Amino acid sequence: MAITHQVVLEQWDQPSLWQRLTLWDILWGLLVLVGSGYAYTLYQPYMDRYEIAIPLGATIALIAWGLYWKPARLFTLIVTVLAVMALWRYGTHFELRKSDFLLKYFLESQAAFMWMSSLYVLATFTYFVALFGRSAFIGKTATALTWSATGIGLTGLLVRWRESYLLGADIGHIPVSNLYEVFILFALITALLYLFYEDRYRTRAMGGFVLLVISGAVAFLLWYTFDRQAHHIQPLIPALQSYWMKIHVPANFIGYGAFALAAMLGVAFLLRSGAEAHRPDGLMAQVLPPLELLDDVMYKAIALGFAAFTIATILGALWAAEAWGGYWSWDPKETWALIVWLNYAAWLHLRLTKGWRGAPMAWWAIIGLFVTLFAFLGVNMFLSGLHSYGTL
Amino acid sequence: MISRRTLGWVLLEFLGSMNLAITLLVAIAIASVVGTVLQQNQPYPNYVLKFGPFWFEVFRWLGLYDVYGSLWFIGILAFLIVSTSVCLYRQVPAMLREMMRFRTQIQLNSLRGFHQRAEWLVPERNVEQVLAEVTGAFRARGYRWRLRDYGDHQVAAAMKGRYNRLGYLFTHAAVVVIGIGGLLDGNLWLKLKEWRGEIAIEKRDLSSRDVPAISRLQPGAVPAFRGNVMLPEGSAANFVFLRLRDGFLVQELPFSIELEDFQVAYYDTGQPKSFISRLRIHDREQLGDQPLAATIQVNHPLVYRGYAIYQSDFGDGGSKLELRAWPLSGTRLEPVELKSEVGNGLKLTGSTGPLNLELDDFRLFNLLPEPDAKPGDRKFRNFGPSFSFKLRTASGEAREYFNYMAPAQLEGRWFYISGMRARPGEPYNYLHIPAANNSPERFLKFNARLHDADWVKTALKRSEPTTENPDFQRDLNVVRANLLNLFLHGGFTAVSERAKAVVPPDRLQEATKLYFNILRDTLAELFLEILREEGIKVEEGIGESEDAFFNDALSALASLSSYEAPFYLQLSGFQQVEASGLQVTHSGGTFIVYAGFLLLVTGVFIMFYTSHRRIWVWLAVEEGATRLVVAGTANRRQADFSQEFSLLQTTLSQRLGVAALALGEGA
Ligand code: HEM
Repeated sequence: MAITHQVVLEQWDQPSLWQRLTLWDILWGLLVLVGSGYAYTLYQPYMDRYEIAIPLGATIALIAWGLYWKPARLFTLIVTVLAVMALWRYGTHFELRKSDFLLKYFLESQAAFMWMSSLYVLATFTYFVALFGRSAFIGKTATALTWSATGIGLTGLLVRWRESYLLGADIGHIPVSNLYEVFILFALITALLYLFYEDRYRTRAMGGFVLLVISGAVAFLLWYTFDRQAHHIQPLIPALQSYWMKIHVPANFIGYGAFALAAMLGVAFLLRSGAEAHRPDGLMAQVLPPLELLDDVMYKAIALGFAAFTIATILGALWAAEAWGGYWSWDPKETWALIVWLNYAAWLHLRLTKGWRGAPMAWWAIIGLFVTLFAFLGVNMFLSGLHSYGTL
Repeated sequence: MISRRTLGWVLLEFLGSMNLAITLLVAIAIASVVGTVLQQNQPYPNYVLKFGPFWFEVFRWLGLYDVYGSLWFIGILAFLIVSTSVCLYRQVPAMLREMMRFRTQIQLNSLRGFHQRAEWLVPERNVEQVLAEVTGAFRARGYRWRLRDYGDHQVAAAMKGRYNRLGYLFTHAAVVVIGIGGLLDGNLWLKLKEWRGEIAIEKRDLSSRDVPAISRLQPGAVPAFRGNVMLPEGSAANFVFLRLRDGFLVQELPFSIELEDFQVAYYDTGQPKSFISRLRIHDREQLGDQPLAATIQVNHPLVYRGYAIYQSDFGDGGSKLELRAWPLSGTRLEPVELKSEVGNGLKLTGSTGPLNLELDDFRLFNLLPEPDAKPGDRKFRNFGPSFSFKLRTASGEAREYFNYMAPAQLEGRWFYISGMRARPGEPYNYLHIPAANNSPERFLKFNARLHDADWVKTALKRSEPTTENPDFQRDLNVVRANLLNLFLHGGFTAVSERAKAVVPPDRLQEATKLYFNILRDTLAELFLEILREEGIKVEEGIGESEDAFFNDALSALASLSSYEAPFYLQLSGFQQVEASGLQVTHSGGTFIVYAGFLLLVTGVFIMFYTSHRRIWVWLAVEEGATRLVVAGTANRRQADFSQEFSLLQTTLSQRLGVAALALGEGA
């Protein structure tokens, strides 16, 4: 495994966490505290009493995120500035989205999602060009494109949150309530997970593959927008009016995102091992990411996905206990969540206790994506049940 | 001896084996799919309709209509619980030992076989000095260690993160705990009681009062249930229905729930915003005469005495409807006024015999996709109140109808819409009655007049041109009357069928066209007569809207022949009574399951994000130098550990002032 810079520079005698905090770390913490404190006083009237814990938890999580992974700070800062700018341009007039230049072409949620979509597709191509052209500069460009796409996409999501309130105080809700919104969330989370691994493993070789699945999501999103007009903000049906939605859905999508990422690395794994077997001197066998790297990141992603999915499913069960009268109803969506979970539990066991590695696990990760995809899309399209709000 | 050991051992080996565990995980996943593809717990006749009697029986035998309650499925789950328990039983002692023991008994050779290892020959330092450096390094990273002196050499065994082993224990114990809690909350108890003959499910359509004792459960009879009851406003119930296969049981509650009122709030768009029930709990034992008032809504249940009461459904609780029955087949012009309630029936005498009118439902709002929208445009329109009813003949056959109260505008014109279907589950065929002056009256009058042969004759006479040829006129009149008759009883199809029957094929097209023209002219004449009756001066010409009305009337008349009702039932007034669907649950296993959840999450994180790391140090004096061998392993996160290990290696090299020996050089 490549030893990262950080580790080489690291001291064996680890100072305590407290001693390791730099001025920047403290500044970051304070900034997040002040920012979210201010946002809290601003939006507190919209929250019900259960929801105090959520901004608090989010604040802590955000601080921890920035401490754990430094690039998260600048990213958060830029997104916050963009979102605040949009809110400022909007004021209280939803109609401004059609006339205000900045909103219309850039920050209004639809505009932002279009930027996001095009940047992700562009980033996908750029990663592949960098990979096969072996150009570090183009690779950096691809990373920058991915960061930009994610930033503008997240801004769009935040702005959409505000827009829903501008439409009507009783319509306002967090934009994770339907298939359209969660597809954006999926793209963003997958991209952030990828950017994290890219940073930690100091390699851009996996970028094109992961971005490919994001581009797929973008293609679906565009079809859904233009063919089905799904982008309109809809009021929440009673079943979704719950603080549980705010935590259950994002947790789920960390799982989906991580599983999708693992599957794409599975694809890269198969291509590379195929290339090594057939043309060991060929370009493919040279430039595709090395097998141990893929194997390791695939495992990490599935482990993370499994942990997030475990939490998400449990949160779903707790929510179901509150909304439907029982923590488990064998509703198709629930059942498919269980299927996904069992599938990855089997995958983890094979790897850990039977020591399986290589192509079979890569194939299984890819098949896992289809199972996941069905849980996330197919159930809504083909099966009916209590989760029947996400139909196409 | 051998055979005893073999049997028990083989069984244990089998149950605790990884292959079985993985097989079970995959088997449950696949079995679960079945229940999501086939809609569960539907009324049995729906399945018969779908699969036919043979497959219906096969699937019933397989338990496919309630997969998750079927014995085989519960069996696999139980198997997983057993298998995981056996796995725990076999692994945990070893894991605990692994947690507690430092393992100072280790040979130099095995250390040299480790993947992570390093070796030094440190000159000018004694063992104690080297050991101090090493233990100092351990302390800095939070490793705990044990030292053992073997005389000729010393071994220090260090470890860190041993709690990782608890991760396995927590996760797998959680699977067992959740499984057991889930089984307790499932319908296992009912199955057991049923199997012992203590209860029998009721399959008849009875009201709760008439359900016999064998199908009733006293409060506390089973530790877990999930039941439903539909309460009309102003009524109360002290029981819920438990749906089971093709029947139900009545579960009695130790208190009674009264629905004071039920409200649905709507967004401006017409979509429902909230369902709110105001309840009163009557419980003499606990509350005395003072009922407990509570408001529940979706996502905000009431928990009372361990029973959770949820807002789960809504419906009609017997709305009072005022109806106007416009005859469709006779010559009568005036409608008959009727009054009834949803859920009730009326005995009527139709033209073809006695009919039973059953009022099934009333809806205040009907939010539907905008029919005039461009494709892809997601607009909705509220079509206002509607009601549905069945007309049942003496032989028991029934047709279902679905009528809107207010006329709806389609393509710029207004219609009273009524849907009809001959079988439940089919899509409705819609009759569009053109509206004039906000009433269906003009069309219905037109229709009634057309059935009045005398009126038709007089009306046609009035419009007869003065002709030189009375014979021709008489023949034409006969043709007109025949065509009209055909049309009224069989629509346009009947007319073209007739043409086919009497005209040779080479002239068929021409003749059909002629028939239609005559029919249309005739109907137009008669329609003008209706307008005249309304006092409209048709001689001054009629407007575009009347023209359009006539065309729509023709289409409606044509489809009347398949409408199969002797009247059109118009809703003229209503007083809505709503009903709230409540779900009442009692789940004794919830606490166990939630404890399992906690174990599971803790366990998963411990297992993935910590690792049990061990480092051994072997020290011996060797001709003025100290030989130091360091080796380590981790049970998870090997990549991180290898980084840590190489850091340790560089650090020790620095502090000892000598480079590590190249691997392989040591031995
Ligand atoms: C629904 C049932 C089960 C779930 C969700 C589950 C979950 C897990 C997970 C997540 C891991 C960690 C894998 C990793 O770190 O990559 C694991 C490890 C393991 N599981 Fe399971 N498991 C289940 C059933 C079983 C059964 C029935 C057995 C017995 C055969 C078993 C034996 C093991 C063993 C031996 C380990 C390795 C523990 C270690 O070395 O630390 N599991 N399990």
